[in-house]
Amino acid sequence: MSAGDLVPAGGLPGSDLNLGPDEGLNEPLEPQLGHEYDIAPVRGKHRRREWVQLLLDALHYRRTQVGLAIFLFIVAVAVVGPYIAPHSPTEFVVAPYAKPSAIAKLGGDNLGRDVLSRALCGGRSVLILSIIATAIGMILGVSLGVVAGSARAAIDEGIMRLLDVLLAFPSIVFVLLMVSVLGPRLWLIVLTVGITAAPRIARVVHGCTQEVKERDFVVAAESLGVSRLKIAFTEILPNISSPLMVEGGLRLTSSVAIIASLSFLGFGLQPPAADWGLMVNENRVGLIVQPYSVFVPVALIAILTIGVNLATDGIAHAMIGIGRDTGSA
Amino acid sequence: MSRIILTVKDLEIVLDPSGVEVDHEISFELVEGEVLGLVGESASGKTTAATSLLNFQRRGAKIAGGSIHIDDRDVLALGASQLRQLRGGVISYVPQDPGSALNPALRIGLQLREVLEDHGFGDSDAERRTRVEEMMAEVLLPSTKEFLRRYTHQLSGGQQQRVVLAMAFSCRPKVIVLDEPTTGLDVTTQAHVLNTIRDLVTAHGVAAVYVTHDLAVVAELANRIAVMYAGRLVEIGPAAELFAGASHPYTRRLLHAVPALTGRRTLEGIPGFAPRPGYRSAGCAFAPRCSYAVAQCSAEMPPEETVGQMHRVRCWRHEEVRAQAPVLAQKDDSSLESSGEAGLVTVRGVSAWYGSKEILHDIDITLRARECLALVGESGSGKTTLARCIAGLHHFRIEGDIDFQGKALPRLAGGRPRAIRHAIQYVFQNPYSALNPRKTVAQILSQPLQIFFDYTRDQREDRLAEVLALVSLDETLLSRYPDQLSGGERQRVAIARALAADPTVLICDEVTSWLDVSVQASIVQLLVRLQNEIGLCMLFVTHNLALIRSIAYDVAVMSEGRIVEYGPTDDVLADPQVEYTRRLLADTPTIEAALFKT
Repeated sequence: MSAGDLVPAGGLPGSDLNLGPDEGLNEPLEPQLGHEYDIAPVRGKHRRREWVQLLLDALHYRRTQVGLAIFLFIVAVAVVGPYIAPHSPTEFVVAPYAKPSAIAKLGGDNLGRDVLSRALCGGRSVLILSIIATAIGMILGVSLGVVAGSARAAIDEGIMRLLDVLLAFPSIVFVLLMVSVLGPRLWLIVLTVGITAAPRIARVVHGCTQEVKERDFVVAAESLGVSRLKIAFTEILPNISSPLMVEGGLRLTSSVAIIASLSFLGFGLQPPAADWGLMVNENRVGLIVQPYSVFVPVALIAILTIGVNLATDGIAHAMIGIGRDTGSA
Repeated sequence: MSRIILTVKDLEIVLDPSGVEVDHEISFELVEGEVLGLVGESASGKTTAATSLLNFQRRGAKIAGGSIHIDDRDVLALGASQLRQLRGGVISYVPQDPGSALNPALRIGLQLREVLEDHGFGDSDAERRTRVEEMMAEVLLPSTKEFLRRYTHQLSGGQQQRVVLAMAFSCRPKVIVLDEPTTGLDVTTQAHVLNTIRDLVTAHGVAAVYVTHDLAVVAELANRIAVMYAGRLVEIGPAAELFAGASHPYTRRLLHAVPALTGRRTLEGIPGFAPRPGYRSAGCAFAPRCSYAVAQCSAEMPPEETVGQMHRVRCWRHEEVRAQAPVLAQKDDSSLESSGEAGLVTVRGVSAWYGSKEILHDIDITLRARECLALVGESGSGKTTLARCIAGLHHFRIEGDIDFQGKALPRLAGGRPRAIRHAIQYVFQNPYSALNPRKTVAQILSQPLQIFFDYTRDQREDRLAEVLALVSLDETLLSRYPDQLSGGERQRVAIARALAADPTVLICDEVTSWLDVSVQASIVQLLVRLQNEIGLCMLFVTHNLALIRSIAYDVAVMSEGRIVEYGPTDDVLADPQVEYTRRLLADTPTIEAALFKT
């Protein structure tokens, strides 16, 4: 037997992404696999809701702090931007592709509008649309995943295979298809982006549900005669909130990317509205002459994605307990 | 006297950043071929002490003082690479769960050879191959090519543990640390593994430390026993001497908690729980749970005193404690009586399947009102399946008749009318998964009340208090979440949930197998009391024959999906009719059997 066999029974961190998230969090000195014995619990500790505790744990990681700071910065830009913008986003203030000057600090765009003002005003749409789309995806995905995971085998198979079909379409192609058939309407974009996110969320939820479903408390509820649907939403769902948060973050990132891409392709917000994706498209011809007009919106979108990704990553780390401080008793 | 191999002196282990004491002043010596049983409840620091013999600490703990010597080698002074050679070579470790100790992706033959290669054992592959064959023979496993090509999942639990033992012994270590190696196994497999360990230890003159919470398991195996409580050795002495003249109140309580196969010794749990590190008092940590405690106990740590040959104890009142009649001599001759009532649940000619595999064959049992039937058998004998069939939790094919109060029971709980659903309640084996971690105790207990009864809010609260009182839990627990409860408290909540439905039949599926013996005893005490007070009809499923004597009037012994013996408990235990029951009895470890042997 080598030293490798002496890894604590709880296993190496990172090996249990799908386990109940807080199992063993407080018991570093007790066996965590196989038999557990009567462990004197830590008493009187103030108890928070699981996802709140998870967020607090996640905040200990530098990547969460940085990610959250970036995300909040972008949100601040999007929310406060329109009020501090020096000009109206649709006002012609300088010559097309004018160099930065006192009037337009970041120069002008293809029609001579102020790039700074347009950048400050153009974040709201991306942010709101992608958040709503993610929310729709979460609601759809979680419902389908939990229902499929806890339903009879036939229903389970039916739902999951249908979702697989949807999953086979690249998201952007699916959204483009719908938009080109029904026209570039905002509600349609939000809805279709949400729909494309749903199968991915459903898969994660489905997997977690299958695992929680085997636990005795679910069987206990079943033996009392609680209906399957009620078991799914009151017994199972609260036990998978941690992986859900991580998945939500990842889906938000991809929604931002898709919605920005759609605007760039001309299917999102229509001119003369200010929108980061749209700005990239409008100004790409003048990229060499006036790089700010393209570079600024691109950078903002990139920063937003990176921020959300970092924060999500931190939450995922907190969930599986990488580098968890175990010393406090 | 043989040569001393392992010397541990004043070992001290603390939690890393906080410096909170985990283990303190642990000192003992081991000679060749000696087995030391390290016994204590959870959170007593026994595993921490045992793994530190390999100079290994779990994340968050570190060795703060003391010394460990194997022969003349100072284990704590070794560097990382020397330590790697030491571990598995000179001292090896057998963990609790063999399933997680073996690599599921590698064939066992390769894993066995790897250990030898890592420690430079033997000069050639052929030599190492021979050694592997030798070891497999010693642990009574086949060493055929076919067997060595198997993966972990293709072995049974007992076989896995024997492979791990083969690994641990393969480099001819001088010391071996066994950390509850049989806890997950049923009695028969446990008996085999214990025999293997005993043979290996005597054959190779290895010094062994065997960590367990169950005195009965080490009674036969260990020469000496060390009892740990709250990070200290409270008593250490030769096994026979310790059983006859236990001088620490805690040792006596542990002995009381071990069920006896012969004679009906009253089973007594230890109320409360062992304090975890950082929550221990300045004096004797056992004082709050001790019936001998005086003011001095909680104020001052008692010194270690020698009371017999190699027998040391740490208690202010050890003389009075020692003067008490030995625990093992106490007998309780009251015997259970049959209720004489008619059958409440009758199972006739029942067969059940898992998928296409038939696992229950033609079962006939009767649960009489106000009486307990014990269902005993090895794992895989079908006892849980039978219990689940009655509870309506078996989702596969069932044939035959299961009647409740003379009427046929619908197969699944969901299809049963409310009146029947509440009458038959099920308590699960594992209290750690039986309670929803996201619900408070109040929410958990309210669930059956909301489903089965139309109570007003006040009535419901009264009923909650009533049910909690039945299982001897405090009302303050209502706002707690399951992870804020100890294992014993969780199992009590699970029992309370079943009682909340006001059942007439209670099915207990191995409800004590995940718990310490001390807690097991108090749960059995509770079930006996409930049966007397409420007049419950009970099906008590277990693999431990020693447990049933104090609770069940009848016993049904199961093997391979059939009932092989069925009758009054006293008769079956006194004069088993079939070979299988006799074997089960012989395999059940008890302290009495161990003493009788020596």
